[in-house]
Amino acid sequence: MSDLFDILLSVSFWAAAIRIASPLIFATMGELICERAGVLNLGIEGIMVIGAFAGWMAVYLGAPLWLGVAAAMAAGMLFGLLHATLTVPFGLSQHVVGLGVTMLATSTSYFAYRLALPEVTSPPKIAPFAPMDLPILSDIPFLGPVLFQQTVLTWAALICAGLVGFVLFRTPLGLAVRAAGENPAAVEAQGLSVTGLRMGAVIVGSGLMAVGGSFLTLSAFSSFFFEMVNGRGWICIALVVFGAWKPGKAVLGALLFAAFDALQIRLQQTPLGAHLPYQVFLMAPYLLSILALILMSRRAEVPAALMVPYRKGER
Amino acid sequence: MRLDPIAAPSLRRQIGLPALALLTTVAVAMMLALIAGANPLATLGLIAKGAVGSKFAALETLNRATPLIFTGLAVAVAFRAKLWNIGAEAQLYAGAIVAVLLGTGALSAPMVLPVSALVAMLAGAVVLLGPVMLKTRLGVDEVVTTLLLNFVMLLFVSYLLEGPMKDPAGMGWPKSAALIKEARLPRIVDGLRLHWGFALALISALLVWVIQTRTTLGFEMRAVGQNREAARFAGMPVNAVLVKTALLSGGLAALAGWSEVAGLKGHLSSDLSPGFGYTGIIVAMLALLHPLGVVATALFVAAIFVGSDSMSRAAGVPTYIADMLLATALLFMVLALMLTRYRVVWK
Amino acid sequence: MTDPRDVVMRLDRITKRFGALTANDAISLTLRRGEVVALLGENGAGKTTLMNILFGHYVADDGRVEVFGQPLPPGNPRAALAAGVGMVHQHFTLADNLTVLDNIRLGTESLFARGTSHAAARARVERLSRDFGLAVHPDARVGSLTVGERQRVEILKALYRDARILILDEPTAVLTPQEAEALFATLRRAIAQGLSILFISHKLHEVMAIADRCIVLRHGKVVGEVATAETSGAELAAMMVGGEIALPEARPATAGAVLMRLDGVTTPDKGAAPGLKRVTLDLRAGEIVGLAGVSGNGQAALADLISGLIVPASGQITLGAPPPRWSPREAIRQGIARIPEDRHKTGTIADFTLTENAVLEGYWQPGFSKAGLMDWRAAEGFAQGIIAAYDVRCPGPGARIRLLSGGNMQKLILGRVLEPGPKIILANQPVRGLDVGAIAYVQSRLIAARDGGAAVLLISEDLDEIMGLADVIHVMSEGRLSPGFARGTRTAAELGLWMAGQGFDHAA
Repeated sequence: MSDLFDILLSVSFWAAAIRIASPLIFATMGELICERAGVLNLGIEGIMVIGAFAGWMAVYLGAPLWLGVAAAMAAGMLFGLLHATLTVPFGLSQHVVGLGVTMLATSTSYFAYRLALPEVTSPPKIAPFAPMDLPILSDIPFLGPVLFQQTVLTWAALICAGLVGFVLFRTPLGLAVRAAGENPAAVEAQGLSVTGLRMGAVIVGSGLMAVGGSFLTLSAFSSFFFEMVNGRGWICIALVVFGAWKPGKAVLGALLFAAFDALQIRLQQTPLGAHLPYQVFLMAPYLLSILALILMSRRAEVPAALMVPYRKGER
Repeated sequence: MRLDPIAAPSLRRQIGLPALALLTTVAVAMMLALIAGANPLATLGLIAKGAVGSKFAALETLNRATPLIFTGLAVAVAFRAKLWNIGAEAQLYAGAIVAVLLGTGALSAPMVLPVSALVAMLAGAVVLLGPVMLKTRLGVDEVVTTLLLNFVMLLFVSYLLEGPMKDPAGMGWPKSAALIKEARLPRIVDGLRLHWGFALALISALLVWVIQTRTTLGFEMRAVGQNREAARFAGMPVNAVLVKTALLSGGLAALAGWSEVAGLKGHLSSDLSPGFGYTGIIVAMLALLHPLGVVATALFVAAIFVGSDSMSRAAGVPTYIADMLLATALLFMVLALMLTRYRVVWK
Repeated sequence: MTDPRDVVMRLDRITKRFGALTANDAISLTLRRGEVVALLGENGAGKTTLMNILFGHYVADDGRVEVFGQPLPPGNPRAALAAGVGMVHQHFTLADNLTVLDNIRLGTESLFARGTSHAAARARVERLSRDFGLAVHPDARVGSLTVGERQRVEILKALYRDARILILDEPTAVLTPQEAEALFATLRRAIAQGLSILFISHKLHEVMAIADRCIVLRHGKVVGEVATAETSGAELAAMMVGGEIALPEARPATAGAVLMRLDGVTTPDKGAAPGLKRVTLDLRAGEIVGLAGVSGNGQAALADLISGLIVPASGQITLGAPPPRWSPREAIRQGIARIPEDRHKTGTIADFTLTENAVLEGYWQPGFSKAGLMDWRAAEGFAQGIIAAYDVRCPGPGARIRLLSGGNMQKLILGRVLEPGPKIILANQPVRGLDVGAIAYVQSRLIAARDGGAAVLLISEDLDEIMGLADVIHVMSEGRLSPGFARGTRTAAELGLWMAGQGFDHAA
């Protein structure tokens, strides 16, 4: 038990929690935007993979890190366009298209990786985002390492979450996006285009998901390897539900989740960890996500028109 | 842009559009081969040859099709009832675990095969039942829960293979002990590498088809899938139907794992399934959720995989081309199917 | 005599086809400033299609629309709104989870604006609310509003956007007579402010009360245009149906034994929809009980209860004796025929064949299945029988039911529930959305069933229908059931008071 307290009070734990949460925050915000507009984007897992790959590949080929992030975003937006075109104007099943996009994006990443590096056995590393070194802030005890020695990309994630919240709830654009997810007929009756709003939301959201994926290669792991996203996309879907489709709560959910993940890694080193097989610890994130879904199941905050394709003038 | 429903789609439309989807996929295949620096037509030829060009290849394709028929059926049954079972992977491994549990000496002939198959089906059903109960009782979407359980199950299998089920004679590579001879599915024809699992898969497809078209349960499953509210109003026991659908779907997926262990491999290792559960989704959708169609598309998909493996060794195009093609085929096919029933009208 | 007022809107030979069906056939009409013009016609005459073209939801195949002398770009709600055309839809286009203010503001500011002027918008809404007599709470969640309040929000949406022409689609269909009066008061204020109004209705007495001019559509064509002062309800009705289809009238009946009784039944509320509050109701053999009331006052709960979808939280259902576990299948077993409110959502499965839809409720019975195996031949025979006996126009029993018109779909539903000879019939809005021919058919079948000894519970939003058919009339308001009024003992206005909830306070 004292081991637990030691971990919970340690600086490295909290720093790790925020670090682990960063890709989740980007991807969760991305999915949240899609779902608020009424589209379930099951392509999230695959889009994170291609974001990870595209970002890494760009940097491996010599681009600066921020260009890598931009490349990831572009790749994500491309697959977002594919998803949006099939589900919004064509009204195809969001479940099937999402799974198809995940499979296509993932296999495209692996195919391209194998093409680019056919003979490597261990994935080559690139120089990742460095932790910030701010003059006074980084030296504050506890808060310094936890907040101000994170990478710029982590701060970008937090700022992104704030921006998403602001746009969704305090601008006419955000109102229009939310209305598209609540009652598309209301949006059309006010002279706006449901197709445009939904497609835009999916494309932007997918871009953010891909940026989340790029965090894994450009900050966390410095290289690209298969099975690197490992279900994070699905966990982010659960986090959107857990956050009741509100950015603030979703970020808190991501932080809570990341804290558990950071905890689980550290617990493996303790005497408790010696008793339990390590797989139990690794299972914890997924089981926790299922628990989060169960806890939020009775809520009525789901966008009313989520997953309902809009067919104009249907008789 | 608007979509107008077509009252009576012409045969030309119904056959032509899916055919066009497949042709487009072939075009994508050729383009990918070109990007990989290989000759497009030669690549296609190598895939075909690798799939059916020799007796060995053809049998390999049939073997590879066996688990795909099972998972394809599992997904088709579930999706028809609008039950989004994305957890076939986990259910598959549940069946595989049972095959080892009961097949390494716990039971003896002649009971071991039928009993182990039935218990395997039960195990798969139970794995799917959890998410389905969460759906019917609490309204928790089954897509994410079944997906997450896949990861949990894989970790569980890893634990079993490094712990309780570890092969004592193994050389450190985590795998289970081998099945006893009585617990193995025999070959259909002596000397050929095709095991009875394939025949069982075909029989399962036939049974599922009979259930769907000729039984009251099949009628209920189709009704619940198409309009749950109308089915409930008409007096159908919707929750019971969903549970029965889950039992059938989970059981079929489990048979995929069971037959791979009992028929093909003879033991369990963590690389038993290269994603059969997920590929089953493509198999099912390409077959339009029709159980007999699933057999055809499973053979097709298996051919693509087996052919691509062989082609990749010969021509160097990464094997992932197969996954890319199938994902592309899936997306084009759902688009084509919609276009057979709706006309695109530009205002 | 030419009208000196300016023409604000002109339709010139508007034509719209949906496949083989010509919904609007070269329709021309004009609307002048300060006028109230009513568009009349039975269901299927093309009124809603025309309104949708005016507002830009549809694009006409031929013809043009001019607003204030300028041609209106077709298929563009945004252009219509900019030109000053505002539409109040029959099925409100409101987002339940957003506030009143948000619904009104939606789409009125540039999507590229950095922020939003909450205070200014709120002030404007409050001013319009006062000027036009439309009381609303700007911060209320629309999902919690009553139907009347929602309509006020719909109207405010149009006024907020400076609409000079208001189009209203069946605005009084969901209002009590008193609420309809309030609406007309608002419309008169709007006229006084210089707006012009075009509205669709099939309620002749309301049309006579407020419209200056009436235009009658039939089968997509304009068949008549008269000043209200120069015509009568009967003349308009004749123009609407173009013939002699008389709606059936039920002869007085003598009621028999109580077949079903609800005793002090209470059910929980479901969101904005109230549950039943200690409802006691008897359904007697050979009697039509009519349930009047604006939708959203508990009718859905009552229908769900009798259909078997919900059970009483307190109180009892008795059919001779209290039934075992109550469920839709149990209701079917007990001989209750249920015609659901929404034939597309609940009554049929669109992609199932007529045969499959015909046995949707009875497939488990010995005649249609044995030991879990379906007898499709028997099922098809049953469907054939219904098609013949109920004159269902269709390509055949193997056709998908989505190909049928609303009337024919309803006839199939009618056939499948009436063929077994039920004792109790629940008819929930059975003629909504049907043309006059189908309406007459369905109503005559219900009367015939009653004459054959069945108990019929008729739920309808159309007070005229209830007053014409029912032997006993109850009114529902906020989940409470009024006492029964025998046919002919109450006027529409008196029933309207009950619908508004007034009689209940005294009775309680």
